[in-house]
Amino acid sequence: MAAQTYFGYRRENGRVGIRNHVVILPLDDLSNAACEKVAANIDGCLALPHHYGRLQFGADLDLHFRTLIGTGCNPNVAAVIVIGIEPSWTGRVVDGIAKTGKPVEGFAIEGHGEIQVVADASRKAKEYAQWASELQREPCETSELWVSTKCGESDTTSGLASCPTVGNFIDKFDALGATTCFGETSELTGAEKVCASRAATPEAGEKFMRTWQAYMDEVIEPHKTSDLSDSQPTKGNIAGGLTTIEEKAFGNLQKIGKTTKFIDVLEPAEAPAKGAGLYFMDTSSAAAECVTLQAAAGFVVHLFPTGQGNIIGNPIEPVIKLTANPKTAREMGEHIDLDVSGILRGEMNMDEAGDALIDITMRTCNGRLTAAEALKHREFVMTKLYRSA
Amino acid sequence: MSAPDFIVHDAEDTVGVIVKEGIAAGANLEGWVLADDSRITIEAKDDIPLGHKIAVNDIADGDTIIKYGHDIGKAVAAIAKGAHAHTQNVKTKRW
Repeated sequence: MAAQTYFGYRRENGRVGIRNHVVILPLDDLSNAACEKVAANIDGCLALPHHYGRLQFGADLDLHFRTLIGTGCNPNVAAVIVIGIEPSWTGRVVDGIAKTGKPVEGFAIEGHGEIQVVADASRKAKEYAQWASELQREPCETSELWVSTKCGESDTTSGLASCPTVGNFIDKFDALGATTCFGETSELTGAEKVCASRAATPEAGEKFMRTWQAYMDEVIEPHKTSDLSDSQPTKGNIAGGLTTIEEKAFGNLQKIGKTTKFIDVLEPAEAPAKGAGLYFMDTSSAAAECVTLQAAAGFVVHLFPTGQGNIIGNPIEPVIKLTANPKTAREMGEHIDLDVSGILRGEMNMDEAGDALIDITMRTCNGRLTAAEALKHREFVMTKLYRSA
Repeated sequence: MSAPDFIVHDAEDTVGVIVKEGIAAGANLEGWVLADDSRITIEAKDDIPLGHKIAVNDIADGDTIIKYGHDIGKAVAAIAKGAHAHTQNVKTKRW
């Protein structure tokens, strides 16, 4: 298919965004209140409260910083205010985001008090919001678009139609030079060898298998208390007809299409560094955790197939929801951006469904609010690897 | 083409997916096999909800269940052709 053109925001570092947020970013849980007060004071600002940031260490702390810095760096974000309890770690987040060239300033609460910090940060936020409001969209190419995918509340219709629709999109956009990403380490269990066979190189395939095995050895084996059949598949999955994790995994894997090969395996929230192509990211399969990590890696638009009706959104990365379940489309229509249940009736083929998904994605890139955006779904959920010190 | 009652991914699959609401025991069901675009008919042995699986041949206790052309678990009871295949008679081979 021909390259698609859309109107996006070209940022200082050359990356293209499709939204223009001024983010008020807390370093830690203690700073959520100040960030929410700033966002309440100044129009056009978005606070991203979360639960963590104190006494973390090692790989868990690295992931915390990578997620916060990556969120600020995302090209859907025009400018960032960072507020933390103390200046050192606050400065670390500011310095990380500043590498993009976008406006960013940090404020520390200790030694000033929250009321003073809210006043100072609000003045800066007002400046940023007015500056961002004058930024203009410009024509951008498909090859500049970073698209992530993850499915949720899946059922058998996901594997039959909505996930293959995303797969059709991924195959078409891979050929056009887009950068794409799938994840969900645990939910590839049962299909892991088939997934590994979709690696572009033996190294990428081996890296995937090591990542999957590490998840099994380090997370599942030490912590499981049963056969996990009440968690994976979930109760919703089972109600929708999915019986085993293997069945769920093969449905999940339909999202990477028929021909596209993944070129590398990313750590959680790690930005792709090997150019255009499909990447696998090591993520939880919980929707908000996964999308938060993908947004922090720089992906700007998300494709989310659902069967039973997961209603997730993300504050900075628009989440486009599609379903092939006619009952979900009928009963939960306000959450659905694209109904592909016609595939199951033989009224629509996969190529047509993929084109319909491309159409709604381009409209979203041009500014159309997704169902999740209109409903103010802003799930921002940090992944935590282990208890804090 | 009339809308199918169930869909089978691959020709070798031993289960298909019901894609209509209100399928009742005794109904003659038309299935669409995606891999070769063929049609098959099966009589439903159970009421089977939308999205749930129907056995497309007789499956013995212990048999591997094939869907997408791959192993998705094992039967833990015999499943007759046309019967509802789900958590009561199919289990994971993993965790």
